[in-house]
Amino acid sequence: MSANRILELVESAEETYRDMSLASVKAWKEKTGGLAIGFMPIYVPRELLHAQGVLPVGIMGGGDDLEIIRGDAYYQSYICHIPRSTIELGLGGQLDCLDGMLFPAICDVIRNLSGMWKFEFPEKLSRYLDVPQDFTPEMGGEFYKSELLALIADLEKRGARPYDKEALRASIRLFNELGGIVRDLYALRRASPWKVPTAELYCLQRAATIWPVEEAITILREYHELVLADETRTPMDQARVVLAGSFCEQPPLGLIKTLERSGCYIVDDDFIQVHRWITRSLDVEGDPLEALVNGFLFDAMASPTRYCGDKTKGTELVTRVETAGAEGVLFCAPSFCDPALLDQPMAVASIEKAGIPWTAFRYSENNGQFQVIREQAGTFADSIKLWSGV
Amino acid sequence: MSEEKQVFKDDSQLRQKTMIADHYSRLAAAPDTGEKSVYTFVPGNLTELIRNFDLLPVLPEINALQSAMRGKSKEYIAAAEREGHSEDVCTYVKCDVGMKRAGNVGPTGERLPDPDLLLLSYTGCFTFMKWFEILKQEYDCPVTMLHVPYQGEGEITDSMRKYVVDQIKQKIIPALEKASGKKFDIDKLREQLRRSAQAEDDLVAVLESAKNRPSPIDAYFGGVYYIGPIFTAFRGTEQAVDYYRLLNQEIQERVRLGKGPVTPDGEMKEERFRLVVEGPPNWTNFREFWKMFSEEGAVCVASSYTKVGGVYDTGFRHDPDRPLESLAEYCLGCYTNLNLPSRVDTLERYVREYQADGLLVNSIKSCNSFSAGQLMMLREVGDRTGVPCGFVESDLVDPRYFSGSNIKNRLESYFQMIEQKRGGVQV
Repeated sequence: MSANRILELVESAEETYRDMSLASVKAWKEKTGGLAIGFMPIYVPRELLHAQGVLPVGIMGGGDDLEIIRGDAYYQSYICHIPRSTIELGLGGQLDCLDGMLFPAICDVIRNLSGMWKFEFPEKLSRYLDVPQDFTPEMGGEFYKSELLALIADLEKRGARPYDKEALRASIRLFNELGGIVRDLYALRRASPWKVPTAELYCLQRAATIWPVEEAITILREYHELVLADETRTPMDQARVVLAGSFCEQPPLGLIKTLERSGCYIVDDDFIQVHRWITRSLDVEGDPLEALVNGFLFDAMASPTRYCGDKTKGTELVTRVETAGAEGVLFCAPSFCDPALLDQPMAVASIEKAGIPWTAFRYSENNGQFQVIREQAGTFADSIKLWSGV
Repeated sequence: MSEEKQVFKDDSQLRQKTMIADHYSRLAAAPDTGEKSVYTFVPGNLTELIRNFDLLPVLPEINALQSAMRGKSKEYIAAAEREGHSEDVCTYVKCDVGMKRAGNVGPTGERLPDPDLLLLSYTGCFTFMKWFEILKQEYDCPVTMLHVPYQGEGEITDSMRKYVVDQIKQKIIPALEKASGKKFDIDKLREQLRRSAQAEDDLVAVLESAKNRPSPIDAYFGGVYYIGPIFTAFRGTEQAVDYYRLLNQEIQERVRLGKGPVTPDGEMKEERFRLVVEGPPNWTNFREFWKMFSEEGAVCVASSYTKVGGVYDTGFRHDPDRPLESLAEYCLGCYTNLNLPSRVDTLERYVREYQADGLLVNSIKSCNSFSAGQLMMLREVGDRTGVPCGFVESDLVDPRYFSGSNIKNRLESYFQMIEQKRGGVQV
């Protein structure tokens, strides 16, 4: 019974995120009359949108379901895949139900896509959300706050509810709850990866960028309880790996399944980081806008998109490997992804220094052939199981 | 180097050569003389501030392109890729990493000093941040970062300006003081900025001379070869003021005499096509690339790449009365820090004001800051102005991505397209 229900939840999640017509978003808009705003990876403060009655909708590319026709006329062959599938979705009308798009500052490609959106969809809100790379409250904090205030004003102009502190506190509470459940699921996967297959967790997290937060909380909590109680899920002799580099353009689900079938337990990953970007619950007692700012400055995940300052690149990855009890790292980055690929040699230097095995490959969101990757990951897993500790 | 011997040069170009050679000699001698160096980037460079502390700027992008022009970049890039740097990423970075491995030898054949400070001016290019993270692992020296927000909404807001000024005051100046052992001198900075503004007036006059027919300059190849480079490392110095005065005098004389631009192969006689060019040039085959234009009588009358180190032709000048604010506005206003609508407006303006026959995009494989969105920009400028738009692809410093015959074919077709369009108009 529980196995069926788990399957039902995961299938519903997969159906939601694969539905490029965004039917669930349209239904929400019809029901509430609210605005829906798309956002691209990695992180936007969804609490702020929610507090103004806006549905934040994660747009993470077209994946392997979308045929690219017009998108290729917008991008040279040496640019990653996610912007071309996103513009394809926009031009194809699939994103018409969105009242705007947010483009967080993560790389030059997403940055420039924000300008393209202004050209192609002038009637919609198109906002580049800059984030500070200085993490002091008096400089980076003040700048980030001004960016958030500008976003608030933009949303109000589009008909969103006026900013209200109490509403933001309530929204923060909800997203704290969602973040807590996701972190719990990650902790459970670290402890018992056979309980939480990554392909399932991925589908649920991805759909949770589209579902209203209240619904996401209910579904993810139910999933958590069900997998905890499910005694039919038993361990196998698989290599425990951390998967790094897939924080923007997402791999096809088939690739994630392939990695798991090749003998890897993915015990930590970079997928859909919006739920985990802020690594702890935000403060709900003081000024809620300050809470968002401070969360970004002091409690955000390390990321190739975030300046590392005086820290040594890759130390955070070593810590993640240790915390997860992982035996190796799979660098799994999209082709032509500047942040991931420029970061990788530095991360490799750190994990090699720590004696952690690794392997690397690249993908595009629309890859359909996984045999080579399966062999590479399988060999890597075998080498860990056979030779680690020897 | 054999190419170098045959190059035709004006007086200004000869002076430039001496200035740059002297600069590199000072850098090479720095370990002995005790002079200290700061590595930084061209866009958003704080040259006046660096020189306020008597520090010497080193620009890794310039080193990379010089390596390419000397035929060294192929081996440097290969060395970096052997270390695990991806073939997908910026070749300036890989060239720089490889150059370090080969002993950090600069364009004059002398070793460049290790940096006393890495000043990361993070303006208009995401890769800059990663580049200096990589360099930080290479050098045992402090690093300071100036984060310059992007003009996503096409304007500089008060909060953006304040953020940059605050960083200059609270982080950059203290880091420069520490690296140099000298105190910041605001009066000296005002004087430097006054000189910058003087040179900027002459620079703009030179760039705008291309509105004449024939254009006395090539604002793309010549722009990056002898018009622009001095500006970055020498801005705020008396030498830069003198250089741009001399250059402007030379150029105005060319206008008076009705002369075309000077190319490495001599003076261009007939101006057949006037082009606006978007995107950086290729450096590995720079002269060959330039020749494909000059042989056809194609002159680049305006270009966007010459604005990555600063946009002055819209009226911006460094302002001695608002020293830090104007430094901030300079950083915020660099071309690659402009959003796409602003970039399209700029190109459209160039096509109209310089009476160009077309817009040509040189799309660079490893520069997403420029390249992502260029196809749309090309269509947009074409729609607005009605001029034919062309598109070629190459790379900054990776010779594997320069296909001479392919580019030449495309250019020839493009020039034919312009001629046909002219014919159509005349009919």
